[in-house]
Amino acid sequence: MSPADIPALPRGVRLHWDRVRETWVLLAPERTVTLDAVAHAILSELDGIRSFGEITAALAAKYNAPQEQIAADSAGFLSAMHDRRFLDLR
Amino acid sequence: MTARPPIAMLAELTHRCPLACPYCSNPVDLARQENELSTAEWSDVFRQAADLGVLQLHLSGGEPATRRDLEELVQAARDAGLYTNLITSGIGLTERRLKALDDAGLDHIQLSLQGTTPEMADEIGGYKGGYKRKLMVAEWIAAIGFPLTLNAVLHRRNLHQLPRALEMAVEMGARRIEVATVQFHGWALKNRDALMPTRTQAEEATRIVTEARARLKGTLVIDYVPADYHSDYPKRCMGGWGSTGLNVAPDGVVLPCHAAQSIPHLSFDNAREKPLSDIWYEGRAFNAYRGTDWMPEPCASCERKEVDFGGCRCQAMALAGDAAATDPVCVKSPHHIDLQARAEAHAAAEGAPLVYRSAPGKPVPEPAE
Repeated sequence: MSPADIPALPRGVRLHWDRVRETWVLLAPERTVTLDAVAHAILSELDGIRSFGEITAALAAKYNAPQEQIAADSAGFLSAMHDRRFLDLR
Repeated sequence: MTARPPIAMLAELTHRCPLACPYCSNPVDLARQENELSTAEWSDVFRQAADLGVLQLHLSGGEPATRRDLEELVQAARDAGLYTNLITSGIGLTERRLKALDDAGLDHIQLSLQGTTPEMADEIGGYKGGYKRKLMVAEWIAAIGFPLTLNAVLHRRNLHQLPRALEMAVEMGARRIEVATVQFHGWALKNRDALMPTRTQAEEATRIVTEARARLKGTLVIDYVPADYHSDYPKRCMGGWGSTGLNVAPDGVVLPCHAAQSIPHLSFDNAREKPLSDIWYEGRAFNAYRGTDWMPEPCASCERKEVDFGGCRCQAMALAGDAAATDPVCVKSPHHIDLQARAEAHAAAEGAPLVYRSAPGKPVPEPAE
């Protein structure tokens, strides 16, 4: 995951508010992933336009946290999503 | 025990199908068209499912495209807030219908593969021209941009085609492939002599899948159902009985799994007569093998009891004659050694003809003695 990569959720993978369990989930083919607050915050920023670097900068400003820390934490999560074909990278 | 809400529902919209696969997962006693739930009844079931906590809806059959109201049903499912997956052979879908399904909000398609050549696929499916048609449907699916999973069903006759099936998935632009060795229930039980893989084939399939998972990481996700008669531990059937999913049959009968009607002492509620929530939480069939309290030994004291929940109840019924027994696939089952010997014998049988699935309301063929 490099700062210039543009991550996006592909068609068929979407965020969903699970009103019965009262949690955010990611719905994908044959898979449902329960999202914690951090994962939901990261995925909510993906718009297919901004790069990974821009997104981590935005999250750093929003949560008043070091960008390097946010980049390190979210790169692993997003790479695992990519390996499972839940995330496209351009 | 307290059940949690279900995550997934399989809606068998119809048992009608142009194909006649000899391992069809439908029950041997097929529901007739005149007993199928109407558009309005299915739509109500979808809303109840969403209220109950279901997130993923699988529209299956039979062939779901046989239902002329499929587009309306997809729309109703999406309106209910469900992630909507179509499980199809492709037969009955046209480019126009696929565009209408796209407009209705269909999330994902699973396309079945009976073989990687027209000769194999059409013989297994019992439908001439089916393979060619399926490839055309795959092109339309890719052009529209639907996310695609290829469902390859494998057995002794076609396991050698697994490498080509993996290539085809990549060529079709599929994100996933399900490599499923035939599970021997219902129709497939009649075809064990024709379809049982050899132990060597089963091991080779595992090796091919392991290699392909590493090579295709980030390109193709591979879900793998190994040949369980040759395994030492049973599959975690349905993620545990009555724990994560439910099936609704074409006539509205609500089942803990698609083969549950093979357990003769269970009786099942119908969504036409009772709310889905009552059936899930209170239904006797759902509570029969829910959790671990029902388990006899060797399951009750086994450290794997919440790993595989004793395996498959329908398989225990079919092979041990007792739905509460340990799945005979398990090394701890007293039937395990016998099962492995039977698997070897089925795999070594020569010249067994395929017993094809029949149509709803038609007589059931029996294998030759």
